[in-house]
Amino acid sequence: MSLLSVRDLTVKFAMRDQTVTALDQISFDLGKGERLGIVGESGAGKSITGFALMNLLSRPGFIDSGSINFEGREIAGLSDKEMRPIRGNRMAMIFQDPMVTLNPVLTIGQQMVETLQAHRKLSKADAEQISIMKLREVYIPSPEDRLGQYPHELSGGMRQRIVIAMALLLEPELIIADEPTTALDVTIQADIMELLLELCTSNMVGLILITHDLGVVSQMTERTLVMYAGRIIEAGKTREIINDPQHPYTQGLINALPQQTLPGQRLKQIPGNMPGLTAIPDGCPFAPRCQYAIDNCRRTRPETVSYANVEVACHEVNRLHNTVLEDQSA
Amino acid sequence: MKDIVNETAQDTILELKNLEKRFELDKGFLEKLRFKNGKFTTEERAVHAVNNVSLEVKRGEALCVVGESGCGKSTVARLVAGLLDPSGGEIHYDGTRIDNKSRRELMSMRKKMQMIFQNPYASLNPRMTIQQALEEPVRYHNPGMSRSDVRAKVAEVMQSVGVDPTWASRYPHEFSGGQRQRIAIARALTVDPEFIIADEPISALDVSIQAQVLNLMLEAKDERGLTYLFITHDLSVVQHFGTRVVVLYLGSVCELSDTATLFNNPKHPYTKALLSAVPQLKDDKPNHIRLKGEIPTPINLPTGCPFASRCASADNRCLSEKPRPLAQPDGAMVACHAVEEGRQTG
Repeated sequence: MSLLSVRDLTVKFAMRDQTVTALDQISFDLGKGERLGIVGESGAGKSITGFALMNLLSRPGFIDSGSINFEGREIAGLSDKEMRPIRGNRMAMIFQDPMVTLNPVLTIGQQMVETLQAHRKLSKADAEQISIMKLREVYIPSPEDRLGQYPHELSGGMRQRIVIAMALLLEPELIIADEPTTALDVTIQADIMELLLELCTSNMVGLILITHDLGVVSQMTERTLVMYAGRIIEAGKTREIINDPQHPYTQGLINALPQQTLPGQRLKQIPGNMPGLTAIPDGCPFAPRCQYAIDNCRRTRPETVSYANVEVACHEVNRLHNTVLEDQSA
Repeated sequence: MKDIVNETAQDTILELKNLEKRFELDKGFLEKLRFKNGKFTTEERAVHAVNNVSLEVKRGEALCVVGESGCGKSTVARLVAGLLDPSGGEIHYDGTRIDNKSRRELMSMRKKMQMIFQNPYASLNPRMTIQQALEEPVRYHNPGMSRSDVRAKVAEVMQSVGVDPTWASRYPHEFSGGQRQRIAIARALTVDPEFIIADEPISALDVSIQAQVLNLMLEAKDERGLTYLFITHDLSVVQHFGTRVVVLYLGSVCELSDTATLFNNPKHPYTKALLSAVPQLKDDKPNHIRLKGEIPTPINLPTGCPFASRCASADNRCLSEKPRPLAQPDGAMVACHAVEEGRQTG
């Protein structure tokens, strides 16, 4: 049984004069201890997916339809009170900026003890012991001393380690990490990612890693979802997607990276911009930027098909797929 | 490519000599006051952002400055652009010393040297239309130019960066991030500069848009014969865009070499760690070199090598004596005692 199962999740934002669709019928599964990457550009809906899973959407955003099944329980539409034993306890979230996540006027120790005591019946001394243990797991030097320190006394990398330690405090089944290293330097990023990978594999914790960096996804995850304009346009094993992407957008995204072109040569750019949520075109949302787009792409929305080991929503691939099927039957 | 390299070999456009920049932390008398061992003493603390940096930029090249946050790369850019005054050392542009010149004397320099900033949301005045924003530098630097010539110039530059000139009457908020960065580049190009200082020009943009802007900058380089001082933290961009690379750590130069040499054969232990930390697309197994600890603060700089506290090859000499950049057989300049003595581990 999968840990998390999302079906046709649709999130909308009620604006003054219209309602826009931020997530359009997202479906995916996550097994126990599995690591899943969600990639896409800003505005693609990656972070909204994370927020929706944690039930953290606030007005004007709301879950319009669809289901989120976590550990066999439907959690879409639970109230804050019903969500409390799950959030932070069974699933935890790591955000981009650790300075915003941590409370600047409480010491590290106070914040960790508070989290523990909110969910478990523990004495302060016991909670501190657990906190020290968790800090040691994320390689914080002299954890006993850190408990008395305030977030501003620590470096960015150290803070993000503490945030990870706090996310792991209650031994959750699922961690949702939203761009956990984007605010950090590349050498610190490598350390944090290695740590996250190590902790998730050794504790069999599921990970949803939201990022714009294909390199990070490639090293961290087993499966990947590629999002565009609020939809999943390609999903499959990370290796398959990186080595042999099927959707023209995924191909474009990978080909646009500087390392895919010889130095000094023109990069293979994708023309145009991602459409804003208020102006998502009919048919395939990528059609206006797609070199393969034909009339049908602009008219009808592509269905998701399995092709070359990935799930992909593209008419072009669909056509190839059907040709392959015909060849096989012939 | 060969021709350009030969041509530029003699022609230095920018030269930094022992450049230093300190930011004083304690400005007033009371801030300097300390109470130690029962006595009041005064103590001045400073952030040592740039320490004894010497380098040359050759005409027609793209010199990339890389390093992590706080290494002083943006400070170098601002010093060169004259936005900050150096605490020591000299900056020479085209053979003339520019760091001691007044603002008025720098005016003619500014026309040759333009800057592009990271955040196109902050670098364009929200209350000016694109037309006004682009016309301003042209008029300022060419007071005699007629109105129609100014307009023609603006239209030409807009065209060249791929922004439709009929959009000129719009305001910055009506454009996307990528378009705004194009407009910021257009603004730098309107005065026909020869030297562009770009401080993380694509870091705030999405991957597909980064490629568009980087292509634009490469085109401008080829068509206008521009020279770039390109500040970035993104090594894959450096590999693509740069002809030479300077690696900075805590305000000091670690390694300076041709892009190909640096990526194929990095020598400084910090450069090696930095390159190994970049997440690779195709490679499953990260073999990244884990550094001890974190970057020390630039307030109290170590006496020896700035990298010694995190370096696996550090010995007593590294802790006491600061290494100077020394030329290697393949042309790279490396500031490392371990490389010099050939005792590097790993």
